[in-house]
Amino acid sequence: MAVSTPPRAPAPLAAHHLTKRFGQRVALSDVSLDVRVGERLAVIGPNGAGKTTLLAILAGVLAADEGSVSRETRALGWVPQQPAVYSKLSVAENLRLFARLERVADPEAAVGRMLEQTGLRERADDELGRLSGGNRQRVNIAIGLLADPPVLLLDEPSSALDPRQRERLWELIEGQASAGTSIVFSTHIVGEAERYGDRVLVLADGELVFTGTPEDLHAQEPAAARDFEAAFVAFLRARGH
Amino acid sequence: MRWLLVKDVQILRRSPLLVSLLVLYPVAIALLIGLALSRGPERPRVAFLNQVPPGQSTISLGNENINAAKYASQLFQSIQPVRVRSRQEAIDAVNSGRALAALIIPSDITRKLSSGLEPGEVEVVYNGDAVKQSFVESTISSKLADANAALADKLKQVGLQDVDLLLNGGTFDLFGRSVPILGLRATRTIIAAELARLKPGSPERGALGRVDRFARLAVNNLDLSKQALATISQPVTVKRTLLHGRRTPLDAFAVAVAVTVSLMFVCVLLGAGMLALEREENAFARLVRGLVSRESLLAEKVCLSGGCAFAASLLMLVGIGAFVGLNWGRFGLWVAALAVGALAFAALGVAIGALAREVRAASLLGLLLTLPLAFLALVPSGAVAVGVYDAIRVISALFPFKPALQALDAALNDTHPGVGISLLHLAGLAVAFGTIARLSLRRFA
Repeated sequence: MAVSTPPRAPAPLAAHHLTKRFGQRVALSDVSLDVRVGERLAVIGPNGAGKTTLLAILAGVLAADEGSVSRETRALGWVPQQPAVYSKLSVAENLRLFARLERVADPEAAVGRMLEQTGLRERADDELGRLSGGNRQRVNIAIGLLADPPVLLLDEPSSALDPRQRERLWELIEGQASAGTSIVFSTHIVGEAERYGDRVLVLADGELVFTGTPEDLHAQEPAAARDFEAAFVAFLRARGH
Repeated sequence: MRWLLVKDVQILRRSPLLVSLLVLYPVAIALLIGLALSRGPERPRVAFLNQVPPGQSTISLGNENINAAKYASQLFQSIQPVRVRSRQEAIDAVNSGRALAALIIPSDITRKLSSGLEPGEVEVVYNGDAVKQSFVESTISSKLADANAALADKLKQVGLQDVDLLLNGGTFDLFGRSVPILGLRATRTIIAAELARLKPGSPERGALGRVDRFARLAVNNLDLSKQALATISQPVTVKRTLLHGRRTPLDAFAVAVAVTVSLMFVCVLLGAGMLALEREENAFARLVRGLVSRESLLAEKVCLSGGCAFAASLLMLVGIGAFVGLNWGRFGLWVAALAVGALAFAALGVAIGALAREVRAASLLGLLLTLPLAFLALVPSGAVAVGVYDAIRVISALFPFKPALQALDAALNDTHPGVGISLLHLAGLAVAFGTIARLSLRRFA
């Protein structure tokens, strides 16, 4: 099933009929999507649904076997599921390195801005290896935001974070979205998709089975659903997943 | 690439234990290998050519006959003789690696030794390999020393018999004729008696004639005795023939081995580890997503590991040069050999890192692969079966240690093959391993 939303503004990121196989296993099958300016698109689905594969293809890390991705600009921030940072470098050194590699015009200013936004100014000189998982993830996200990209892809950014750290993380992401950054995030915490996603995209066994607002998904299973998570589970069960 | 290099140097600076191990471990291994080089195989295989005609293997010294075959059989207890029929066949055996060296016994050796007047000479043919020379030399020298000691003992007995003849008289075998010798004591008695009996100007010339002949013979014998005494010191000498290059002193060769081992370990472990670290830190995918090309990333790791290893091994070489006599006039060749060697080892390192994908696995694989290869490359021909040696040669040619060692040995000691061939070999290996690394990166993320 391929669903696309009619564009109301130029989509900074769109994918057309993506298919990806790993050997005999089909990880993604004929998935299409587009992301609007300033939109928060949540990608949800059970484990092994193809969420990480989809984001990796959108980010340009993986190549699709079929289909294509069109990006309005090359500046596309990507935050992988596992923090992609150097544990022997300090917070500031990590940010400075990636700012230089991103060819940011003023690396030091970008580093200072990210330290402020992530609240890590006081930990700037601490080695990453000595930080908590939550703080490492904040640095991971900050690196994705260094070049101030119009589209930010986040692969399960809140996994392994405690509730307070999750709250701070989503404050940061919402701040970016309100500034016009399009956000695509995957999560296995369905409540986060309902709370922070303008639109949800449901993957199951590599297939795109739903796209729409959280309310639309909830409305698909009104009888069975006490809440959004129950509606999501019922929705998948009804479709054999 | 510059910022990646800066980052990697920062990481290394914060890992002093790792860097210390990277320097100390290769040095320790290099020292062990250097020590091990002083010991050879138990029975090296040596091509043996005996040109002495059958039936002429007996050395006649005075009234004594010595069978040279007895000394050959003693030598064969220490070597595995590969019997050949000509000098060319002996040289071919050394060239092909069928034998570690060749020992040639010339046809005139028994005649020379029987004369007691000039030393016999055997020829030992090497191919310029310091390790092989050392193994064979120590074995043959030991056995020749035994033979020389035995022959010297016989020659000493002959000399004593001559002196006894001169003193006391007897018969002397000259060209098949038995010549009666008066002896100095009898001569003295006769002369004393004649002097007592004869008046001045007496024509009794008979007895005086005998005295005259004896005096001449005595002088001649004493002259011969001088030569015989010179021969006693070393009846058999060795003529050394090198097929290729020049003789490498073992200590200079050990320097080349030690520095090459260090170069290899630092390059391979650093290159493999630092590339695998990019994946272990999950940074690889982020980097190659438009920030750095895969080729640039590999080039950066090769520059980092190769540069560090080059600097460390050059310092090591310069340090050793202060104690071991090295030819500083060839410094440019040292640098070239180390630089191209570092390039090839670094390419091998990043290939291992790309294949292993985890730092610990990469380090383990690096050690498991390089250490045996280093030892294999040091196995001398003739120390193992021909087929095994051929297999070792092929394997050694597929990895950088042997050509890097040959390049550095040639740069230090002007050995065969020359620096140019080895550098070309290394450059080819660098390209090959770089390609393997690039292909392996497809499944790296």
